[in-house]
Amino acid sequence: MSIVTAPDHVSRQLAGTPKAVLVDLLYQMLRGRRFEEKCAEMYALQKIGGFCHLYIGQEAVAIGAMSTLRPDDAILTSYREHVHAIVKGCDPGRVMAELFGRRDGLSKGKGGSMHLFDREKGMLGGHAIVGGHIPLATGVAFANKYLQRDSVAVCFFGEAAVNIGAFHESMNMAALWKLPCIYIVENNRYGMGTAIERASAIYDVAQRACAYDMASETVDGMDVLAVREVVGRAVDLARRESAPTLIEARCYRFMGHSMSDPVHGHYRTKEEVEEQKQQDPIRSYFQRLAAAGTVDQKGLEELDRKARAEVEQAIQFAEASPEPAADDLYTDVYAQPYGPFKTREQ
Amino acid sequence: MAVMTYRDALNQALREELRRDARVFLMGEEVGVYQGAYKVSKGLLQEFGEKRVIDTPITEEGFAGVGVGAAMMGLRPIIEMMTWNFSLLAMDQIINGAAKMRYMSGGQFTMPIVVRGPGGAAHQLAAQHSQSIESWYAHVPGLKVVAPATAYDAKGLLKSAIRDDDPVIFFEGETLYGSKGEVPDEEYLIPIGVTDIKREGSDVTIVAWSKMVTVALKAADMLAADGISCEVVDPRTLRPLDDAPILNSVRKTNRCVILEEGWPFAGIGAQIAYQIQQQAFGDLDAPVTRVTGADVPMPYAKNLEHMAMPTPSRLVAAVREVLYLD
Repeated sequence: MSIVTAPDHVSRQLAGTPKAVLVDLLYQMLRGRRFEEKCAEMYALQKIGGFCHLYIGQEAVAIGAMSTLRPDDAILTSYREHVHAIVKGCDPGRVMAELFGRRDGLSKGKGGSMHLFDREKGMLGGHAIVGGHIPLATGVAFANKYLQRDSVAVCFFGEAAVNIGAFHESMNMAALWKLPCIYIVENNRYGMGTAIERASAIYDVAQRACAYDMASETVDGMDVLAVREVVGRAVDLARRESAPTLIEARCYRFMGHSMSDPVHGHYRTKEEVEEQKQQDPIRSYFQRLAAAGTVDQKGLEELDRKARAEVEQAIQFAEASPEPAADDLYTDVYAQPYGPFKTREQ
Repeated sequence: MAVMTYRDALNQALREELRRDARVFLMGEEVGVYQGAYKVSKGLLQEFGEKRVIDTPITEEGFAGVGVGAAMMGLRPIIEMMTWNFSLLAMDQIINGAAKMRYMSGGQFTMPIVVRGPGGAAHQLAAQHSQSIESWYAHVPGLKVVAPATAYDAKGLLKSAIRDDDPVIFFEGETLYGSKGEVPDEEYLIPIGVTDIKREGSDVTIVAWSKMVTVALKAADMLAADGISCEVVDPRTLRPLDDAPILNSVRKTNRCVILEEGWPFAGIGAQIAYQIQQQAFGDLDAPVTRVTGADVPMPYAKNLEHMAMPTPSRLVAAVREVLYLD
């Protein structure tokens, strides 16, 4: 098995990609990181409730992958999706307002951290049943083909989702019907606290594509340019030939599974987490850009300031947004309200 | 007006809506080449082609989810479950997906999907193929649940379901497919959420839907011979429930028996009884009574199966009970 990783691609990507794009990738990762750090802070202050899953450490996957998409392409994700939403073009203020449970949130405060939707931006959700959205993404790809559009659907999910029936059913249909869908497994090694070796009979997740005669690639998910290259190929294949690809992006989450899980918990050691942090996708990407003379330390600091300012603005927007009105409770259940069933207790 | 089977009425509805709107497609197991496990989709593949009449692998969760995803993109999928029993594999997609998409996206996504197929027991199909699970779906806000009893209702309601912008769970009666009824030659729609009086009467209200309407009408005939006049009320749609005609009937007769093929515990009948006691308590001359399927998995043996099913004679006994005749 070959894993696409540095330095295979570094020189050709650096040479072949416009500087503005290279810098934007760095900015997107910084902004994602700062956004999530702020979420942790807001969660501690109880501004954010419920379950909250942070993306810190995995930024290269979403950002590399989505840098290959057009605005009319759709993404569907699991519940660790704040950064995906922002990268897809959702307003960070409205994302934060959603996490705060406010009326100006993307889903009017009715979805929360795990259900971020923005129809216009092609953000087709945040879904919180592991693997449950994989058939949905397949259906989005089906619709694109049905409507004779060359838009693609990209589905992000964790490695734990590949043991779910819905994954296999979707892979089979996508390959059988030749659907323009890209399935990206963000293999961060742990489904909550269960290591992949303890959950999957096959270690190399991408091999699962063989069972469905589907194209597949494995990529270093800590390397934004490698992800960009591999996903770019899959997007081309989907657009040109309406064929699906399964991509395994090997990455690592630096934080706990959710806010209630400490950074390493019982299932991984502190040493392991610290060692992985040495592969920080933002730092290593910056070092490459610096070596190539694309961005220097001062440039990095400037980008970081801008990212922090944007996140601060998002917080201010969320703080200023009102809570949903009582009337909102019963709206958006049906197309036309029909008077929901109410018991006397309500 | 033509007389046709319930099956052909459904087939006409599908055909007319597939012709009318290119966004509509039919997907499911054996809907195409095989012409439908129950022949409801007969001839549709020939007329509309493989793009719009799509045979699937046996993969209920998968193709239900494909329908939900396609509906998010503005298509109008009709997903056929070969029987509703198999929908249990697809409940995550139907409940966590279809029913909640509009709400959890703050109203951004419309979900114009119909999931349809036969429900209820047929003849000696045993536990896994004989169940009426409409109450499971009717429990869920965001879904509409329809269960027509006649060819006329089946056609008009299916056409409305396909045009509806919300997910509609459409229960066909497995043993009703061959039943015949009058269906107008011209196009018509029956709105979702409108209760129908299937037989007028003055002594007792019987509430029944789907196949149980047939049982209720038989029992009403038997009781008429004894001079007892039954009003048979068919909600046709179980969610949203149009309860006004049920309540009006009860206010007239002062007695009510609810007939339900499914299990008694937390059934639709329990819900209807709640609404009657809450809103027409003072009009009741007897407690509301239910006749339901037995509270057991469906047995195979013919005699046991018969005992487990609501029958006209059991209904007659219940009606006589609320009239204090026995």
